[in-house]
Amino acid sequence: MLRKIRVYLALLCFSFITLLFLDFTGTLHLWLGWLAKMQVVPAILAGNLVLITVLFVLTVLFGRIYCSVICPLGVLQDCVSNVSARRKGKKNRFNYSKAMSWIRYGIFGLYVVGIIVGISVIVTLLDPYAIFGRIAENLLAPLYRLGNAFLATLAESVNSYRFYTTDVWIKNGLVFGIAIAMLIIVSVMAWYNGRIYCNSVCPVGTTLGFISRFSIYRIRFNEDKCTGCGLCEKRCKASCIDSRNKLIDYSRCVTCFNCIDNCKSGAITYTPSFSFGTRKVKVSDPLLKKEHAMVRENTKGIERASFLAILGSLTLANTIKAQQLQVDGGLADIIDKKVPDRQTPVVPPGAESLSNMKRRCVACQLCVSACPNNILRPSGKLSTFMQPEMSFERGYCRPECVECSRVCPSGAIKEITAADKSAISIGHAVWIKDNCVVYTEELVCTTCERHCPTKAITLVPVNPESEQPQGPSMGFPGMNRRPVLKYPRGG
Amino acid sequence: MLYEFMKRDINKKINRRNFLKVTGIGATVTAAGLMGCKRDNRVSAAGNILGEIPTDKMTYRTGPKGDRVSLLGYGCMRWPTRRKPDGSGMEIDQETVNSLVDYAISHGVNYFDTAPVYVQGWSEASTGIALSRHPRESYYIATKSSGRNTLESGIAMYHKSLQDLQVDYLDYYLLHNIGRSMDDYNSRFIDNGLLDFFLKEREAGRIRNLGWSFHGNVEVFDEILNSRNDWDFVQIQLNYQDWEHAVEGRNVNAKYLYEELTKRNIPVVVMEPLLGGLLARVQQQVLIEFKKDRPNDSAAQWAFRFAGTPENILTVLSGMVYMEHLQENVYTYSPLQPMSDQEYSILGEVVEILTNTDYIQCTTCEYCMPCKYGLDIPGIFAHYNNCVSSGSLLKSSSDENYKKARREFLVGYDRSVPKLRQAAHCTECEECLSKCPQRIQITRELQRVNAYAELLKTRSEF
Repeated sequence: MLRKIRVYLALLCFSFITLLFLDFTGTLHLWLGWLAKMQVVPAILAGNLVLITVLFVLTVLFGRIYCSVICPLGVLQDCVSNVSARRKGKKNRFNYSKAMSWIRYGIFGLYVVGIIVGISVIVTLLDPYAIFGRIAENLLAPLYRLGNAFLATLAESVNSYRFYTTDVWIKNGLVFGIAIAMLIIVSVMAWYNGRIYCNSVCPVGTTLGFISRFSIYRIRFNEDKCTGCGLCEKRCKASCIDSRNKLIDYSRCVTCFNCIDNCKSGAITYTPSFSFGTRKVKVSDPLLKKEHAMVRENTKGIERASFLAILGSLTLANTIKAQQLQVDGGLADIIDKKVPDRQTPVVPPGAESLSNMKRRCVACQLCVSACPNNILRPSGKLSTFMQPEMSFERGYCRPECVECSRVCPSGAIKEITAADKSAISIGHAVWIKDNCVVYTEELVCTTCERHCPTKAITLVPVNPESEQPQGPSMGFPGMNRRPVLKYPRGG
Repeated sequence: MLYEFMKRDINKKINRRNFLKVTGIGATVTAAGLMGCKRDNRVSAAGNILGEIPTDKMTYRTGPKGDRVSLLGYGCMRWPTRRKPDGSGMEIDQETVNSLVDYAISHGVNYFDTAPVYVQGWSEASTGIALSRHPRESYYIATKSSGRNTLESGIAMYHKSLQDLQVDYLDYYLLHNIGRSMDDYNSRFIDNGLLDFFLKEREAGRIRNLGWSFHGNVEVFDEILNSRNDWDFVQIQLNYQDWEHAVEGRNVNAKYLYEELTKRNIPVVVMEPLLGGLLARVQQQVLIEFKKDRPNDSAAQWAFRFAGTPENILTVLSGMVYMEHLQENVYTYSPLQPMSDQEYSILGEVVEILTNTDYIQCTTCEYCMPCKYGLDIPGIFAHYNNCVSSGSLLKSSSDENYKKARREFLVGYDRSVPKLRQAAHCTECEECLSKCPQRIQITRELQRVNAYAELLKTRSEF
């Protein structure tokens, strides 16, 4: 019974959180966004004390329920393990094994250092929620969108506007590869050894393991009833039940209830015990220490930083070679825009600063998948690896859109309104003369000025001395302190 | 990107005479037409039952050299295109062209109007292939000269036309699209001696009739018309809207042009009888007016009957892409039922309605294309016009159908025009302005469409 409840709850959470990554219309986040926010690492990085307390209390009360129900990577492993168990003779395939403490605590230590010092690669690579996010965004979302494109084609053929197509593209080959690699690694581990990843690699598992040692409700042996058959051990995907000695490693137990379900003699129960009294709220608990440390870090780290960034060539790289043949009709080719080599990455408004982004982002790709204008993509630079950055070859960061800020679970992108957005400077547009048609084709062009939603671009004549605007009469975006000179158009 | 091409192609096709979006009737029929089946049915694109289409009742007019010209002329500027089998771009769907031409000839159509620049330069060769399968005396060919800077290139264009059309004489030869200014005319045809060459060719019998096609200013029209007294014919834009309500600065009232030509006994060839399809996709209000008087006639039939009624009209050109269009037009002119006075007054009311709307008067002629910045100008205008004619253009953000109309406009916009070819990318280089025979302020209209799209995207109040 307990197991069934766990399985259904887990599947529900798992599908909801997967849908968060698939939905590109921004509607599901209103209802389900909290699921991403209550993932352990995002909650800690966001400094969300309420959620941290909830998760802490949950674990104190019931053990690592988080790992078996809320964590999508955990549930994904259970799914793989479940399939593996359906093979003939593999149903009871586990055995008790000792905890791999060195690896476990080694990685945990590394992770804590990573968070405190701000080595984002460590944080992003190991966060289970982010690992799942990258799998969902890189591998599942494209399939979902292709399916949607098919529906859109059907809808178009019957003049319905129910579905519309979205671009499907690999945003960063390396991150795509990492998503595949992690899926394979985690799946193989789960196929053969159940939750071995959670109990020897995952820093969140280790953290919760510290608390679950002392949790109130736990799995217990009723020694009067136990026949010593060992079935519980054989079904324990966490390999934490030593049936011979009737010992359970609570730090590794993910409270999946498989053992209870499997025990023929009803000798395993899930019951409360207060025998540990005060120990469960010891201040020296490493998690609490870490929390305090993080909270201090976060309040200190919130600052507005202005920084330069090359926004690139706006529409200008979009120049076209005209068809030579003088005939009517046809379309000119569109030359792909070039990605400028930006020394400073451009991050979304709401990120507050590059350092805030770097420190808090777990690189789960939720914002990347939510961006309707195809601007966000994972970074390829080591220092901000897999964290989102902006580039404008496929669209523009539209003034009314604040999707990324709405979905971010970890506080890397703070929630902002469209009004806030228009007041936030995310960088400085650099005008590339070589790409400006005013110079290359001697045209009168006011496109950038007209399009700029904040009216930050002011055009001045190319040659202020001349009375007649010869050929190009305007140019020079970004100089908004210079006087505006309006010339009659069409010269 | 196959999908993109298909989208563009289909979009291009359906904006020609797109009743189904306007009225919601006959959707299945047109859809079947798009799929290429039901070739020989007897149902018009508007869903009206036409009945038997006669093969021998076509109305004919007499040309300057005694030609017996069918009132329906085939405009070859919109031949259907398809993707090449090897995927390397587009080509004309020659089999379909052949079957359209065969059907037209077997139903009495004998005037075919093409030009070297039509359909990305492919029209003449394709028309030539289709027509060469018929006896030379069973059809009249009209083609055009763009005029060139040098005599040699102008002559080369003329010879290429003969070669592509696979003929050794041309029945009707036109100086293409003149009327913008006398300078333009002089530089293209007079200063280089090209017109003299054509006159000699006429004497030699290789050009049987010499004329010109006109878009532009009334002064230029008068001057060119009076410059010679041996013009054999003139091609003008004529339809019930342009008769007395041609948009100023873009065109001249057809009534004036027609009367001036008739005074001089010069036969008139009509182009744009549907104003690029606009008069076929009129809004509901207009359709209701039509239905009251003639319940079975489509809007297109009204327009064709109007264009064909004046006696001095030699032929009315229609760029027919679908068999259904061809069938309906053949039916309309087999024989022509001239307009009555009462019907003229109904059209007067209709013009009142039409000239007071947001329509962009684009006829999808694609003279402006290719835009060197990659914009799909006719595609953008067609999408906007579709929204106007379906009544889903919002007047205010508090309109009742705001949500639905917003979605339809934006989703439909992305469907019919790829994002990078949308109005937002116009650089206002204004190169297209001089190319537009309708004198549409293209850059200004593009900005209007873009401003509307932005209002919807940003969910601004208006």
